[in-house]
Amino acid sequence: MTVLASGQRVRVKNDWPETRGPCHIRTPHYVRGEEGVVMRHLGDFPNPEDLAFARPAALRPLYHVAFAQPSIWHEGSAGDVVQVEIFGHWLEPA
Amino acid sequence: MDKDVPRATHDLGGVSKFMCEPVDVEPHALTDFDREVDAVRAILGLKKVMSVDELRRGIEAIPEADYLRLSYYQRWVRSIVDNLLVKGVITEAELRAALEAER
Repeated sequence: MTVLASGQRVRVKNDWPETRGPCHIRTPHYVRGEEGVVMRHLGDFPNPEDLAFARPAALRPLYHVAFAQPSIWHEGSAGDVVQVEIFGHWLEPA
Repeated sequence: MDKDVPRATHDLGGVSKFMCEPVDVEPHALTDFDREVDAVRAILGLKKVMSVDELRRGIEAIPEADYLRLSYYQRWVRSIVDNLLVKGVITEAELRAALEAER
């Protein structure tokens, strides 16, 4: 899997596994479908979505992604960011 | 303004109804119950019976009314019991007998 570079603009998938049955998701609802910027690659970790069901878990890249705070939470000033840890399989190029 | 999305109960970051009260940042005293639940979880992890990820999934599956009512470690014990029942480590009959014995 290609590692995303710092500064790459990405969009979080607007996906809702919650509607499809039991799941364990580390991607907060408030960033799904939103555009952000990759800050850094934090390393590769076994996919918690599989670990949560005691299934074999492939390594997945984890990133710090920054989002403009005012558009996410409708508070804060221009330049304020919300930084969230997001796995690569939730991100697509924006 | 909350997004109209099918978020799970535990996924409450930025949800307006939880933003009205100041966050309690004082250290909390642990009860004997809290310590015991923590110890059970640690042993189940060491013995590879159940991972922290499975604990979290179990907590996230607690119905909303119970989730919001239960304390932090009560949610843990609820998830631990659910996981052990599903894995067949304990049976409902054993659980009921153990609870009866505590009365």
